[in-house]
Amino acid sequence: MAYVAVKGGERAITNAHAWLGEMRRGDVAVPELSVAQIREQMGLAVDRVMAEGSCYDPDLAALAIKQARGDLPEAIFLLRAYRTTLPRFGASTPIETADMAVQRRVSAAFKDIPGGQVLGPTFDYTHRLLDFKLAADGGHEVPPAQVSEEVMPTQLATIAQVFAHEGLLEGDPVTDTSAQPYDLTREPMAFPADRDQRLQALARGDEGFLLSLAYSSQRGWGSTHPLCGEIRMGEVSVGFTPDELGFEIELADLPMTECIMLSGFAGSAEQAPQYTRGYGLTFGHNERKAMSMSIVDRALRGRELGEEGQAPCQDEEFVLYHSDVVEASGFVQHLKLPHYVDFQADLQFLRRLRREFFDAKAKALAEQAEHMKEAAE
Amino acid sequence: MQVLIQSIQKLFAMTQSYTDEFVDNSQLAGTPRQGWLSTLAKAPASEVLRLWEGLVAPESQVLRPAETGMVMVRGRTGGAGNPFNLGEMTVTRCAIRLATGETGIGYVAGRDKAHAYVAAVADAMMQSSVWHDQVRDGLIEPLQQASDARRDVLSRKAKATQVEFFTMVRDRKA
Repeated sequence: MAYVAVKGGERAITNAHAWLGEMRRGDVAVPELSVAQIREQMGLAVDRVMAEGSCYDPDLAALAIKQARGDLPEAIFLLRAYRTTLPRFGASTPIETADMAVQRRVSAAFKDIPGGQVLGPTFDYTHRLLDFKLAADGGHEVPPAQVSEEVMPTQLATIAQVFAHEGLLEGDPVTDTSAQPYDLTREPMAFPADRDQRLQALARGDEGFLLSLAYSSQRGWGSTHPLCGEIRMGEVSVGFTPDELGFEIELADLPMTECIMLSGFAGSAEQAPQYTRGYGLTFGHNERKAMSMSIVDRALRGRELGEEGQAPCQDEEFVLYHSDVVEASGFVQHLKLPHYVDFQADLQFLRRLRREFFDAKAKALAEQAEHMKEAAE
Repeated sequence: MQVLIQSIQKLFAMTQSYTDEFVDNSQLAGTPRQGWLSTLAKAPASEVLRLWEGLVAPESQVLRPAETGMVMVRGRTGGAGNPFNLGEMTVTRCAIRLATGETGIGYVAGRDKAHAYVAAVADAMMQSSVWHDQVRDGLIEPLQQASDARRDVLSRKAKATQVEFFTMVRDRKA
Protein backbone atom coordinates (compact mmCIF):
# COMPACT_ATOMS: atom_id res chain seq x y z
CA MET A 1 0.00 0.00 0.00
CA ALA A 2 1.47 3.24 -1.16
CA TYR A 3 -0.26 5.70 1.10
CA VAL A 4 -0.71 6.35 4.76
CA ALA A 5 -3.34 8.59 6.34
CA VAL A 6 -1.72 11.72 7.60
CA LYS A 7 -3.57 14.21 9.76
CA GLY A 8 -2.61 17.63 10.88
CA GLY A 9 -2.02 19.33 7.53
CA GLU A 10 -5.32 21.23 7.30
CA ARG A 11 -4.00 24.59 8.37
CA ALA A 12 -0.93 24.29 6.17
CA ILE A 13 -3.12 23.30 3.19
CA THR A 14 -5.55 26.19 3.73
CA ASN A 15 -2.68 28.64 3.95
CA ALA A 16 -0.96 27.13 0.90
CA HIS A 17 -4.15 27.52 -1.15
CA ALA A 18 -4.59 31.11 0.00
CA TRP A 19 -1.06 31.84 -1.15
CA LEU A 20 -1.76 30.05 -4.44
CA GLY A 21 -4.75 32.39 -4.93
CA GLU A 22 -2.55 35.39 -4.32
CA MET A 23 0.12 34.10 -6.71
CA ARG A 24 -2.55 33.44 -9.35
CA ARG A 25 -3.65 37.06 -9.15
CA GLY A 26 -0.06 38.34 -9.38
CA ASP A 27 0.74 42.01 -8.92
CA VAL A 28 -2.56 43.73 -8.07
CA ALA A 29 -1.28 46.91 -9.70
CA VAL A 30 -1.70 45.03 -13.01
CA PRO A 31 -5.34 44.68 -14.16
CA GLU A 32 -6.88 41.24 -13.65
CA LEU A 33 -7.45 39.05 -16.73
CA SER A 34 -11.08 38.31 -17.50
CA VAL A 35 -12.23 34.91 -18.74
CA ALA A 36 -13.44 36.63 -21.91
CA GLN A 37 -9.95 38.09 -22.49
CA ILE A 38 -8.41 34.63 -22.21
CA ARG A 39 -11.06 33.15 -24.49
CA GLU A 40 -10.51 35.84 -27.13
CA GLN A 41 -6.76 36.44 -26.91
CA MET A 42 -5.40 33.05 -25.82
CA GLY A 43 -7.51 31.17 -28.35
CA LEU A 44 -5.01 28.43 -29.18
CA ALA A 45 -4.48 27.62 -25.48
CA VAL A 46 -8.28 27.42 -25.15
CA ASP A 47 -8.42 25.11 -28.19
CA ARG A 48 -5.79 22.79 -26.74
CA VAL A 49 -7.57 22.57 -23.39
CA MET A 50 -10.87 21.75 -25.11
CA ALA A 51 -9.25 19.11 -27.35
CA GLU A 52 -7.41 17.26 -24.59
CA GLY A 53 -10.07 18.03 -22.00
CA SER A 54 -12.37 16.35 -24.52
CA CYS A 55 -15.09 18.95 -23.98
CA TYR A 56 -15.94 21.81 -26.32
CA ASP A 57 -16.80 24.91 -24.28
CA PRO A 58 -14.52 27.92 -24.82
CA ASP A 59 -15.72 29.75 -21.67
CA LEU A 60 -15.07 26.74 -19.43
CA ALA A 61 -11.65 26.17 -21.00
CA ALA A 62 -10.72 29.85 -20.52
CA LEU A 63 -11.86 29.71 -16.89
CA ALA A 64 -9.80 26.55 -16.37
CA ILE A 65 -6.71 28.27 -17.83
CA LYS A 66 -7.21 31.24 -15.50
CA GLN A 67 -7.68 29.00 -12.47
CA ALA A 68 -4.64 26.89 -13.42
CA ARG A 69 -2.41 29.97 -13.76
CA GLY A 70 -1.85 29.06 -17.40
CA ASP A 71 -0.75 25.49 -16.65
CA LEU A 72 -2.51 23.76 -19.54
CA PRO A 73 -2.35 20.14 -18.30
CA GLU A 74 -3.82 21.38 -14.98
CA ALA A 75 -6.54 23.23 -16.93
CA ILE A 76 -7.25 20.06 -18.94
CA PHE A 77 -7.61 18.16 -15.63
CA LEU A 78 -10.09 20.79 -14.36
CA LEU A 79 -12.18 20.53 -17.52
CA ARG A 80 -12.17 16.72 -17.42
CA ALA A 81 -13.28 16.83 -13.79
CA TYR A 82 -16.09 19.27 -14.57
CA ARG A 83 -17.46 17.20 -17.44
CA THR A 84 -18.02 14.25 -15.10
CA THR A 85 -20.67 16.35 -13.29
CA LEU A 86 -22.83 16.68 -16.42
CA PRO A 87 -25.35 14.20 -17.81
CA ARG A 88 -24.98 13.10 -21.41
CA PHE A 89 -27.93 13.80 -23.69
CA GLY A 90 -26.63 11.53 -26.45
CA ALA A 91 -24.25 11.45 -29.37
CA SER A 92 -24.17 13.62 -32.47
CA THR A 93 -24.67 12.43 -36.00
CA PRO A 94 -21.15 11.73 -37.31
CA ILE A 95 -19.87 15.04 -38.68
CA GLU A 96 -19.09 15.69 -42.34
CA THR A 97 -15.76 17.47 -42.55
CA ALA A 98 -16.09 17.57 -46.35
CA ASP A 99 -18.80 20.21 -45.75
CA MET A 100 -16.56 22.31 -43.49
CA ALA A 101 -16.76 26.09 -43.92
CA VAL A 102 -13.06 26.26 -44.65
CA GLN A 103 -10.88 29.04 -43.23
CA ARG A 104 -7.62 27.29 -44.04
CA ARG A 105 -6.82 24.42 -46.35
CA VAL A 106 -3.41 23.48 -47.62
CA SER A 107 -2.10 20.41 -49.38
CA ALA A 108 1.64 19.91 -49.33
CA ALA A 109 1.31 16.92 -51.66
CA PHE A 110 -0.83 18.34 -54.42
CA LYS A 111 -0.18 21.93 -55.47
CA ASP A 112 -3.19 22.15 -57.75
CA ILE A 113 -5.79 20.75 -55.37
CA PRO A 114 -9.21 22.02 -56.53
CA GLY A 115 -10.21 25.07 -54.47
CA GLY A 116 -6.57 26.07 -54.14
CA GLN A 117 -4.16 26.53 -51.31
CA VAL A 118 -5.84 28.72 -48.69
CA LEU A 119 -3.49 29.85 -45.92
CA GLY A 120 -5.96 31.24 -43.39
CA PRO A 121 -4.75 32.79 -40.11
CA THR A 122 -1.41 30.97 -39.83
CA PHE A 123 1.95 31.37 -38.08
CA ASP A 124 3.55 29.77 -41.16
CA TYR A 125 5.82 32.17 -43.07
CA THR A 126 6.09 34.56 -40.11
CA HIS A 127 9.72 35.38 -39.26
CA ARG A 128 9.45 34.36 -35.61
CA LEU A 129 10.87 37.70 -34.54
CA LEU A 130 9.43 39.14 -31.35
CA ASP A 131 7.00 41.92 -32.19
CA PHE A 132 7.56 44.66 -29.64
CA LYS A 133 4.53 46.55 -30.91
CA LEU A 134 2.47 43.98 -29.01
CA ALA A 135 4.31 44.95 -25.80
CA ALA A 136 3.06 48.53 -25.98
CA ASP A 137 0.33 49.28 -23.45
CA GLY A 138 -2.98 49.61 -25.28
CA GLY A 139 -3.63 51.64 -28.37
CA HIS A 140 -1.99 49.00 -30.56
CA GLU A 141 -3.96 49.13 -33.76
CA VAL A 142 -4.50 45.84 -35.51
CA PRO A 143 -4.58 46.26 -39.28
CA PRO A 144 -7.81 44.63 -40.44
CA ALA A 145 -7.69 41.35 -42.34
CA GLN A 146 -8.19 41.65 -46.08
CA VAL A 147 -11.68 40.78 -47.27
CA SER A 148 -11.89 39.36 -50.77
CA GLU A 149 -14.58 40.34 -53.22
CA GLU A 150 -15.10 36.65 -53.80
CA VAL A 151 -16.30 34.03 -51.35
CA MET A 152 -14.94 30.53 -50.86
CA PRO A 153 -16.81 27.66 -52.53
CA THR A 154 -19.40 26.24 -50.11
CA GLN A 155 -17.70 22.86 -50.34
CA LEU A 156 -14.03 22.14 -50.99
CA ALA A 157 -13.28 18.70 -52.42
CA THR A 158 -11.09 16.66 -50.10
CA ILE A 159 -7.86 15.07 -51.34
CA ALA A 160 -9.64 11.71 -51.10
CA GLN A 161 -12.49 12.89 -53.33
CA VAL A 162 -10.05 14.36 -55.86
CA PHE A 163 -8.27 11.05 -56.41
CA ALA A 164 -11.23 8.75 -55.71
CA HIS A 165 -11.87 7.80 -59.34
CA GLU A 166 -8.32 6.49 -59.88
CA GLY A 167 -8.14 4.42 -56.72
CA LEU A 168 -4.75 5.94 -55.91
CA LEU A 169 -5.84 6.58 -52.33
CA GLU A 170 -7.45 4.03 -50.08
CA GLY A 171 -11.08 4.79 -49.37
CA ASP A 172 -12.67 5.04 -45.96
CA PRO A 173 -15.81 3.04 -46.48
CA VAL A 174 -18.56 2.99 -43.88
CA THR A 175 -18.45 -0.70 -43.07
CA ASP A 176 -20.60 -0.76 -39.98
CA THR A 177 -23.51 1.56 -39.40
CA SER A 178 -25.03 -0.37 -36.52
CA ALA A 179 -22.17 -0.62 -34.02
CA GLN A 180 -21.61 2.13 -31.48
CA PRO A 181 -18.05 3.42 -31.59
CA TYR A 182 -15.84 2.58 -28.63
CA ASP A 183 -16.18 5.16 -25.86
CA LEU A 184 -13.22 5.59 -23.53
CA THR A 185 -15.30 7.77 -21.23
CA ARG A 186 -17.50 4.72 -20.52
CA GLU A 187 -15.23 1.74 -21.13
CA PRO A 188 -11.66 1.12 -19.98
CA MET A 189 -8.75 0.89 -22.40
CA ALA A 190 -8.65 -2.61 -23.92
CA PHE A 191 -6.42 -4.36 -26.44
CA PRO A 192 -6.22 -5.08 -29.30
CA ALA A 193 -7.76 -1.67 -29.97
CA ASP A 194 -9.78 -0.96 -33.08
CA ARG A 195 -9.27 2.24 -35.00
CA ASP A 196 -12.28 4.02 -33.46
CA GLN A 197 -10.86 3.46 -29.98
CA ARG A 198 -7.38 4.53 -31.08
CA LEU A 199 -8.66 7.70 -32.74
CA GLN A 200 -10.61 8.72 -29.62
CA ALA A 201 -7.55 8.12 -27.45
CA LEU A 202 -5.35 10.13 -29.84
CA ALA A 203 -7.90 12.96 -30.05
CA ARG A 204 -7.76 13.23 -26.22
CA GLY A 205 -4.02 12.54 -26.16
CA ASP A 206 -1.27 14.86 -25.03
CA GLU A 207 -0.04 17.05 -27.87
CA GLY A 208 3.58 16.93 -26.73
CA PHE A 209 3.61 13.14 -26.48
CA LEU A 210 2.02 12.68 -29.91
CA LEU A 211 4.32 15.29 -31.43
CA SER A 212 7.39 13.45 -30.14
CA LEU A 213 6.06 10.09 -31.33
CA ALA A 214 5.32 11.52 -34.78
CA TYR A 215 8.80 13.05 -34.84
CA SER A 216 10.40 9.75 -33.83
CA SER A 217 8.50 8.05 -36.64
CA GLN A 218 9.71 10.61 -39.16
CA ARG A 219 13.30 10.15 -37.96
CA GLY A 220 13.17 6.42 -38.61
CA TRP A 221 11.71 4.73 -35.53
CA GLY A 222 8.81 3.18 -37.42
CA SER A 223 8.73 5.56 -40.36
CA THR A 224 5.65 5.64 -42.56
CA HIS A 225 7.20 8.20 -44.96
CA PRO A 226 4.26 10.59 -44.62
CA LEU A 227 3.20 13.26 -47.08
CA CYS A 228 0.72 15.87 -45.98
CA GLY A 229 -2.26 15.20 -48.22
CA GLU A 230 -4.41 17.90 -46.71
CA ILE A 231 -4.90 20.07 -43.66
CA ARG A 232 -8.17 21.91 -43.28
CA MET A 233 -9.44 24.16 -40.53
CA GLY A 234 -12.86 25.74 -40.29
CA GLU A 235 -16.34 25.28 -38.87
CA VAL A 236 -18.16 21.98 -39.03
CA SER A 237 -21.86 21.63 -38.33
CA VAL A 238 -22.78 19.27 -35.49
CA GLY A 239 -26.18 17.61 -35.86
CA PHE A 240 -28.10 15.96 -33.04
CA THR A 241 -31.49 14.26 -32.80
CA PRO A 242 -33.15 14.96 -29.44
CA ASP A 243 -35.45 12.14 -28.32
CA GLU A 244 -38.40 14.44 -27.78
CA LEU A 245 -38.14 15.90 -31.29
CA GLY A 246 -37.39 12.75 -33.25
CA PHE A 247 -35.64 14.71 -36.02
CA GLU A 248 -32.18 16.15 -36.35
CA ILE A 249 -31.29 19.74 -35.58
CA GLU A 250 -27.94 21.48 -35.96
CA LEU A 251 -26.53 22.32 -32.54
CA ALA A 252 -23.42 24.25 -33.42
CA ASP A 253 -20.77 25.07 -36.00
CA LEU A 254 -17.62 24.00 -34.20
CA PRO A 255 -14.14 25.02 -35.35
CA MET A 256 -12.03 21.94 -36.05
CA THR A 257 -8.71 21.02 -37.62
CA GLU A 258 -8.37 17.92 -39.78
CA CYS A 259 -5.26 16.36 -41.29
CA ILE A 260 -4.96 13.59 -43.85
CA MET A 261 -1.46 12.17 -44.10
CA LEU A 262 -0.58 10.00 -47.09
CA SER A 263 1.69 7.02 -46.78
CA GLY A 264 2.83 4.51 -49.36
CA PHE A 265 1.57 0.94 -49.49
CA ALA A 266 3.15 -1.59 -51.84
CA GLY A 267 -0.04 -3.59 -52.19
CA SER A 268 -0.66 -7.30 -51.83
CA ALA A 269 -1.92 -10.20 -53.95
CA GLU A 270 -5.50 -8.89 -53.63
CA GLN A 271 -4.83 -5.20 -53.31
CA ALA A 272 -3.23 -2.96 -55.94
CA PRO A 273 -0.55 -0.55 -54.70
CA GLN A 274 -2.03 2.69 -53.41
CA TYR A 275 -1.61 5.38 -50.80
CA THR A 276 -2.88 4.62 -47.33
CA ARG A 277 -3.99 7.38 -45.02
CA GLY A 278 -3.47 8.48 -41.45
CA TYR A 279 -6.17 10.62 -39.89
CA GLY A 280 -6.08 13.48 -37.41
CA LEU A 281 -9.00 15.55 -36.09
CA THR A 282 -9.20 17.98 -33.18
CA PHE A 283 -11.48 20.63 -31.77
CA GLY A 284 -10.36 24.17 -32.55
CA HIS A 285 -7.31 25.31 -34.48
CA ASN A 286 -4.71 22.75 -33.50
CA GLU A 287 -2.58 21.90 -36.47
CA ARG A 288 0.49 20.49 -34.72
CA LYS A 289 -1.78 18.08 -32.87
CA ALA A 290 -3.85 17.08 -35.92
CA MET A 291 -0.69 16.39 -37.95
CA SER A 292 0.97 14.42 -35.15
CA MET A 293 -2.24 12.45 -34.62
CA SER A 294 -2.46 11.52 -38.30
CA ILE A 295 1.15 10.25 -38.37
CA VAL A 296 0.65 8.19 -35.19
CA ASP A 297 -2.72 6.88 -36.41
CA ARG A 298 -1.04 5.62 -39.58
CA ALA A 299 1.87 4.09 -37.66
CA LEU A 300 -0.59 2.21 -35.43
CA ARG A 301 -2.22 0.55 -38.45
CA GLY A 302 0.75 -1.81 -38.83
CA ARG A 303 -1.22 -4.91 -37.81
CA GLU A 304 -3.95 -4.20 -40.37
CA LEU A 305 -1.46 -3.43 -43.18
CA GLY A 306 0.94 -6.27 -42.46
CA GLU A 307 3.84 -4.10 -41.32
CA GLU A 308 6.05 -5.77 -38.77
CA GLY A 309 7.06 -2.82 -36.69
CA GLN A 310 8.71 -2.73 -33.29
CA ALA A 311 9.12 1.04 -32.94
CA PRO A 312 7.39 2.86 -30.05
CA CYS A 313 4.95 4.69 -32.37
CA GLN A 314 3.81 1.33 -33.80
CA ASP A 315 3.11 -0.24 -30.41
CA GLU A 316 -0.54 0.47 -29.61
CA GLU A 317 -0.28 -0.51 -25.95
CA PHE A 318 2.73 1.75 -25.47
CA VAL A 319 1.07 4.65 -27.29
CA LEU A 320 -2.46 4.40 -25.92
CA TYR A 321 -1.48 3.62 -22.33
CA HIS A 322 0.78 6.67 -22.17
CA SER A 323 -0.94 9.29 -24.30
CA ASP A 324 -3.39 10.71 -21.78
CA VAL A 325 -2.01 13.82 -20.07
CA VAL A 326 -4.33 13.59 -17.07
CA GLU A 327 -3.41 9.97 -16.36
CA ALA A 328 0.30 10.50 -17.03
CA SER A 329 0.48 13.64 -14.95
CA GLY A 330 -1.49 12.04 -12.15
CA PHE A 331 0.71 8.98 -11.97
CA VAL A 332 3.99 10.86 -12.09
CA GLN A 333 2.81 13.51 -9.66
CA HIS A 334 1.26 11.13 -7.16
CA LEU A 335 4.85 10.43 -6.12
CA LYS A 336 4.84 13.68 -4.19
CA LEU A 337 2.02 12.50 -1.92
CA PRO A 338 3.14 10.93 1.37
CA HIS A 339 4.83 7.56 0.86
CA TYR A 340 6.06 7.44 4.46
CA VAL A 341 5.22 3.78 4.99
CA ASP A 342 6.87 2.70 1.73
CA PHE A 343 9.96 4.61 2.71
CA GLN A 344 10.00 3.18 6.23
CA ALA A 345 9.62 -0.37 4.93
CA ASP A 346 12.34 0.31 2.36
CA LEU A 347 14.61 1.69 5.05
CA GLN A 348 14.20 -1.39 7.22
CA PHE A 349 14.89 -3.64 4.29
CA LEU A 350 17.87 -1.60 3.15
CA ARG A 351 19.35 -1.55 6.68
CA ARG A 352 19.06 -5.31 6.89
CA LEU A 353 20.70 -5.76 3.47
CA ARG A 354 23.54 -3.47 4.49
CA ARG A 355 23.97 -5.29 7.79
CA GLU A 356 24.14 -8.61 5.93
CA PHE A 357 26.58 -7.11 3.41
CA PHE A 358 28.94 -5.85 6.10
CA ASP A 359 28.60 -9.03 8.17
CA ALA A 360 29.48 -11.13 5.13
CA LYS A 361 32.39 -8.86 4.33
CA ALA A 362 33.73 -9.01 7.92
CA LYS A 363 33.34 -12.76 7.88
CA ALA A 364 35.24 -13.03 4.60
CA LEU A 365 38.01 -10.83 5.95
CA ALA A 366 38.25 -12.91 9.11
CA GLU A 367 38.40 -16.12 7.07
CA GLN A 368 41.04 -14.60 4.83
CA ALA A 369 43.12 -13.57 7.86
CA GLU A 370 42.72 -17.05 9.32
CA HIS A 371 43.77 -18.56 6.03
CA MET A 372 46.87 -16.35 5.78
CA LYS A 373 47.75 -17.15 9.37
CA GLU A 374 47.53 -20.87 8.62
CA ALA A 375 49.65 -20.42 5.48
CA ALA A 376 52.31 -18.52 7.44
CA GLU A 377 52.50 -21.27 10.03
CA MET B 1 -44.44 13.65 3.77
CA GLN B 2 -47.87 13.58 2.07
CA VAL B 3 -47.06 16.87 0.39
CA LEU B 4 -43.75 15.53 -0.84
CA ILE B 5 -45.37 12.42 -2.34
CA GLN B 6 -48.05 14.53 -4.00
CA SER B 7 -45.51 16.83 -5.54
CA ILE B 8 -43.45 13.90 -6.80
CA GLN B 9 -46.59 12.36 -8.31
CA LYS B 10 -47.46 15.66 -9.92
CA LEU B 11 -43.98 15.98 -11.35
CA PHE B 12 -44.14 12.43 -12.65
CA ALA B 13 -47.51 13.00 -14.30
CA MET B 14 -46.16 16.15 -15.91
CA THR B 15 -43.14 14.33 -17.31
CA GLN B 16 -45.37 11.52 -18.53
CA SER B 17 -47.70 13.78 -20.47
CA TYR B 18 -44.70 15.65 -21.80
CA THR B 19 -42.94 12.54 -23.10
CA ASP B 20 -46.18 10.97 -24.36
CA GLU B 21 -46.63 13.90 -26.62
CA PHE B 22 -43.30 13.43 -28.39
CA VAL B 23 -43.17 9.87 -29.51
CA ASP B 24 -42.66 10.11 -33.21
CA ASN B 25 -42.09 13.40 -34.88
CA SER B 26 -39.72 12.13 -37.52
CA GLN B 27 -42.18 13.19 -40.20
CA LEU B 28 -41.28 16.76 -39.23
CA ALA B 29 -37.70 16.38 -40.49
CA GLY B 30 -36.84 18.85 -43.21
CA THR B 31 -39.48 21.28 -42.03
CA PRO B 32 -39.05 24.95 -41.21
CA ARG B 33 -39.04 23.94 -37.54
CA GLN B 34 -35.70 22.21 -38.04
CA GLY B 35 -34.37 25.45 -39.48
CA TRP B 36 -35.46 27.75 -36.67
CA LEU B 37 -34.39 25.30 -33.97
CA SER B 38 -30.93 25.15 -35.56
CA THR B 39 -30.74 28.93 -35.80
CA LEU B 40 -31.69 29.26 -32.12
CA ALA B 41 -29.21 26.54 -31.10
CA LYS B 42 -26.23 28.06 -32.89
CA ALA B 43 -26.77 31.75 -32.12
CA PRO B 44 -24.68 33.38 -29.38
CA ALA B 45 -26.67 33.54 -26.13
CA SER B 46 -26.04 37.28 -25.74
CA GLU B 47 -27.53 37.99 -29.16
CA VAL B 48 -30.59 35.80 -28.52
CA LEU B 49 -31.28 37.47 -25.17
CA ARG B 50 -30.76 40.97 -26.56
CA LEU B 51 -33.31 40.42 -29.35
CA TRP B 52 -35.68 38.61 -26.99
CA GLU B 53 -35.96 41.73 -24.86
CA GLY B 54 -37.67 43.48 -27.76
CA LEU B 55 -40.40 40.83 -27.98
CA VAL B 56 -43.59 40.28 -26.01
CA ALA B 57 -43.95 36.67 -24.89
CA PRO B 58 -47.16 34.94 -23.77
CA GLU B 59 -47.53 33.03 -20.50
CA SER B 60 -45.87 29.64 -20.51
CA GLN B 61 -45.49 26.67 -18.23
CA VAL B 62 -42.09 25.07 -17.78
CA LEU B 63 -42.30 21.35 -18.55
CA ARG B 64 -38.64 20.72 -18.01
CA PRO B 65 -36.46 23.38 -16.42
CA ALA B 66 -33.31 24.31 -18.29
CA GLU B 67 -30.64 21.66 -17.76
CA THR B 68 -27.03 21.57 -18.94
CA GLY B 69 -25.49 18.36 -20.21
CA MET B 70 -23.28 17.12 -23.00
CA VAL B 71 -23.49 15.67 -26.46
CA MET B 72 -20.69 13.41 -27.68
CA VAL B 73 -19.45 14.76 -31.00
CA ARG B 74 -18.60 11.99 -33.44
CA GLY B 75 -16.06 12.23 -36.22
CA ARG B 76 -15.55 9.82 -39.08
CA THR B 77 -12.45 7.73 -39.63
CA GLY B 78 -10.48 9.27 -42.48
CA GLY B 79 -13.12 12.01 -42.81
CA ALA B 80 -15.89 9.89 -44.32
CA GLY B 81 -15.65 6.42 -42.78
CA ASN B 82 -16.88 4.69 -39.63
CA PRO B 83 -17.70 6.95 -36.67
CA PHE B 84 -15.45 7.51 -33.67
CA ASN B 85 -15.93 9.61 -30.54
CA LEU B 86 -14.05 12.88 -30.89
CA GLY B 87 -15.09 14.61 -27.66
CA GLU B 88 -18.09 16.14 -25.98
CA MET B 89 -19.66 19.59 -26.18
CA THR B 90 -21.82 21.33 -23.61
CA VAL B 91 -25.50 21.65 -24.48
CA THR B 92 -28.44 23.11 -22.53
CA ARG B 93 -32.05 22.07 -23.03
CA CYS B 94 -35.45 23.25 -21.83
CA ALA B 95 -39.10 22.44 -22.54
CA ILE B 96 -42.11 24.69 -22.05
CA ARG B 97 -45.80 24.79 -22.99
CA LEU B 98 -47.82 27.87 -23.90
CA ALA B 99 -51.26 28.40 -22.38
CA THR B 100 -52.62 27.82 -25.90
CA GLY B 101 -51.09 24.32 -25.95
CA GLU B 102 -48.00 24.63 -28.17
CA THR B 103 -44.98 22.85 -26.72
CA GLY B 104 -41.57 24.34 -27.26
CA ILE B 105 -38.24 22.54 -27.10
CA GLY B 106 -34.96 24.37 -26.80
CA TYR B 107 -31.61 22.67 -27.35
CA VAL B 108 -28.72 25.13 -27.50
CA ALA B 109 -24.94 24.92 -27.60
CA GLY B 110 -23.24 25.99 -24.37
CA ARG B 111 -24.38 26.38 -20.79
CA ASP B 112 -26.68 29.41 -20.87
CA LYS B 113 -30.00 28.42 -19.27
CA ALA B 114 -31.76 31.64 -20.26
CA HIS B 115 -30.75 30.93 -23.86
CA ALA B 116 -32.29 27.43 -23.73
CA TYR B 117 -35.47 28.78 -22.10
CA VAL B 118 -35.85 31.51 -24.72
CA ALA B 119 -35.22 28.97 -27.49
CA ALA B 120 -38.01 26.77 -26.07
CA VAL B 121 -40.51 29.64 -25.80
CA ALA B 122 -39.56 30.91 -29.26
CA ASP B 123 -40.02 27.40 -30.68
CA ALA B 124 -43.54 27.22 -29.22
CA MET B 125 -44.40 30.71 -30.45
CA MET B 126 -43.15 29.86 -33.95
CA GLN B 127 -45.74 27.05 -33.98
CA SER B 128 -48.56 29.43 -33.13
CA SER B 129 -50.22 31.42 -35.89
CA VAL B 130 -50.68 34.26 -33.39
CA TRP B 131 -47.01 34.66 -32.53
CA HIS B 132 -45.21 33.17 -35.52
CA ASP B 133 -44.54 36.31 -37.53
CA GLN B 134 -43.43 38.37 -34.56
CA VAL B 135 -40.81 35.80 -33.52
CA ARG B 136 -39.70 35.16 -37.08
CA ASP B 137 -39.19 38.87 -37.80
CA GLY B 138 -37.88 39.89 -34.41
CA LEU B 139 -35.68 36.93 -33.51
CA ILE B 140 -35.14 34.10 -36.02
CA GLU B 141 -34.44 36.18 -39.12
CA PRO B 142 -32.10 38.68 -37.43
CA LEU B 143 -30.18 35.77 -35.87
CA GLN B 144 -29.93 33.98 -39.19
CA GLN B 145 -28.84 37.16 -40.95
CA ALA B 146 -26.14 37.80 -38.36
CA SER B 147 -24.94 34.22 -38.72
CA ASP B 148 -24.89 34.46 -42.53
CA ALA B 149 -23.03 37.78 -42.39
CA ARG B 150 -20.41 36.34 -40.03
CA ARG B 151 -19.96 33.32 -42.29
CA ASP B 152 -19.71 35.54 -45.33
CA VAL B 153 -16.91 37.66 -43.81
CA LEU B 154 -14.96 34.56 -42.73
CA SER B 155 -15.29 33.12 -46.21
CA ARG B 156 -14.02 36.34 -47.83
CA LYS B 157 -11.10 36.59 -45.39
CA ALA B 158 -10.16 33.01 -46.24
CA LYS B 159 -10.45 33.72 -49.95
CA ALA B 160 -8.05 36.66 -49.54
CA THR B 161 -5.39 34.23 -48.26
CA GLN B 162 -5.58 31.90 -51.26
CA VAL B 163 -2.22 31.42 -52.95
CA GLU B 164 -2.07 32.37 -56.58
CA PHE B 165 0.79 30.42 -58.09
CA PHE B 166 2.68 31.72 -61.06
CA THR B 167 5.63 30.13 -62.81
CA MET B 168 8.86 32.02 -63.41
CA VAL B 169 10.21 31.65 -66.94
CA ARG B 170 13.97 31.89 -66.98
CA ASP B 171 15.52 33.42 -70.05
CA ARG B 172 18.74 31.46 -70.60
CA LYS B 173 20.05 33.86 -73.23
CA ALA B 174 20.15 36.85 -70.91
